[in-house]
Amino acid sequence: MYSETVTELCSGLRQRKYSATELTRNLLERIQAAQPALNAFITIDAEPALAAAAAADRLLAAGDAPVLTGVPIAHKDLFCAAGSRTTCGSRMLENFVSPYDATVVARLRAAGAVALGKTNMDEFAMGSSNETSYFGPVRNPWDPTRVPGGSSGGSAAAVAARLVPAATGTDTGGSIRQPAALCGVTGVKPTYGRVSRFGLVAFASSLDQAGVIARSAEDSALLLGVMAGFDPRDSTSVDLPVPDYRSSLEQPLQGLKVGLLKEFFDKGLDPAVETCLRAALEVLRSQGAILKEVSLPSLPLSVPTYYVVAPAECSSNLARYDGVRFGHRCENPRDLTDLYERSRGEGFGAEVKRRVMTGTYVLSAGYYDAYYLKAQRVRALIAEDFRRAFAEVDVLICPTTPTPAFEIGAKMNDPVTMYLNDIYTIGANLAGLPAVSVPCGLVNALPVGMQIIGGHFSEARLLNVAHRYQRETDWHRRAPEAYR
Amino acid sequence: MSLTRRDIDSIARLARLALTETEIPVYIDSLSRIIELVGELDHAATAGVAPMSHPLPGQTQRQRSDVVTETDRHELYQRNAPQAMAGLYLVPKVIE
Repeated sequence: MYSETVTELCSGLRQRKYSATELTRNLLERIQAAQPALNAFITIDAEPALAAAAAADRLLAAGDAPVLTGVPIAHKDLFCAAGSRTTCGSRMLENFVSPYDATVVARLRAAGAVALGKTNMDEFAMGSSNETSYFGPVRNPWDPTRVPGGSSGGSAAAVAARLVPAATGTDTGGSIRQPAALCGVTGVKPTYGRVSRFGLVAFASSLDQAGVIARSAEDSALLLGVMAGFDPRDSTSVDLPVPDYRSSLEQPLQGLKVGLLKEFFDKGLDPAVETCLRAALEVLRSQGAILKEVSLPSLPLSVPTYYVVAPAECSSNLARYDGVRFGHRCENPRDLTDLYERSRGEGFGAEVKRRVMTGTYVLSAGYYDAYYLKAQRVRALIAEDFRRAFAEVDVLICPTTPTPAFEIGAKMNDPVTMYLNDIYTIGANLAGLPAVSVPCGLVNALPVGMQIIGGHFSEARLLNVAHRYQRETDWHRRAPEAYR
Repeated sequence: MSLTRRDIDSIARLARLALTETEIPVYIDSLSRIIELVGELDHAATAGVAPMSHPLPGQTQRQRSDVVTETDRHELYQRNAPQAMAGLYLVPKVIE
């Protein structure tokens, strides 16, 4: 049963092929067994999960159970779940027990999903390799010497290793799509404002968006439908109806206009990854999609733009960790300043400190116009490039990452090289656009992903394209050998 | 552009971060490289371009009416406090 998709599990549970309790036990055993090798989880909530599964079984027996009743999932450890530890991968929040639920957590629970635990992640979601976690790196189930990507690396690894059929993630610069690509699973970053951010530990508030990692576009459509929608508790939540994402999955691709992002089929792209992408595009073309090259001239500036905007927002958001109200506090502070400085110096890891300082610098007196305001102007140019492109094409396609997963440790001493790894995913965050990554091949037995980007609130179209692609291919059904 | 030890000390002080002696050279090097990376923005032609203020076009921050929606839960929230007493957060003495 561990290899079944969410859609299959929903029907298996209703047909009483297995109980929610059996399923939960089975997956908890797999999670425990994989933990030494993968380190995909920070907290395993076995007891509450079994209690929720027993309740799910009672609902299923009574009939009339909500859509995800008994389906096991996991949450990235930056979603607050009442009574459960929420660490955000940081020593700062090592002992933080959330007093309330994130809206996403509450909605999934109300739909009947059973949360098995909290997945490992880069500290405060700052990283592209999961190596910045205070709780140690996550390993890629396809090759344990390699990174799973980040920052939602634990969620992606858990879904790839068949420890859970789906997991939540967040995406500020690619943190759902990049690990999904490197672990061979499907990742959806929705439009900014589509899914509530209430109860998510903030990193960069104008870029952060919650989404889903699953094994297929079909499962993602089901879960996104539950997670999305207006939330009065998030002032950036958009009050628009949520379409039934599943109902449009089968729509034919005849006449679909696909733009190939010229700037990203260029130098820097691993030729083997490009070969996979070209084959995937052929699958879409054979279904009637029309391919054309599209240029977004400002897009190559997305990395420098992001590394001004995101650290600036991070330095401001992370000012709340002061050692006073919650989080790590240093021993024997001399005075209040010493309390702030040492609590933060000890509680934050190296990459978080680097981003806080970068943000502090670009926002400081004398530099604000040159860096922050300039970056927000370039961001407007990038958004305008996308707007013009979507006047011509329905979706844009490019690789999700330039290369397959790299080795653990390979980029840790060079932050700029690590940052450049996000080059293909950052644009969608800067412009607030939805984007999906689907597995589209293997390079040296490592998965690679195809990224499909759409206009604001075009999630239904993106999932439709992804699903039609997955109907014709089986990359998304491949599992790493050790976890089949 | 290369940052100096004095720059890093000043940034760390503004950010309220205590750094160790071994961390300082690492940040001098990596922040200098990051500032060089973001320096690429200098070449972008942005005359007359308004800075982007919201990721969705035409959206403004929603406001809510000024009514009480949350109940007092400070006891629950203070369970996460490193040091609290009688409903107050304890900090080192600020005023002599």
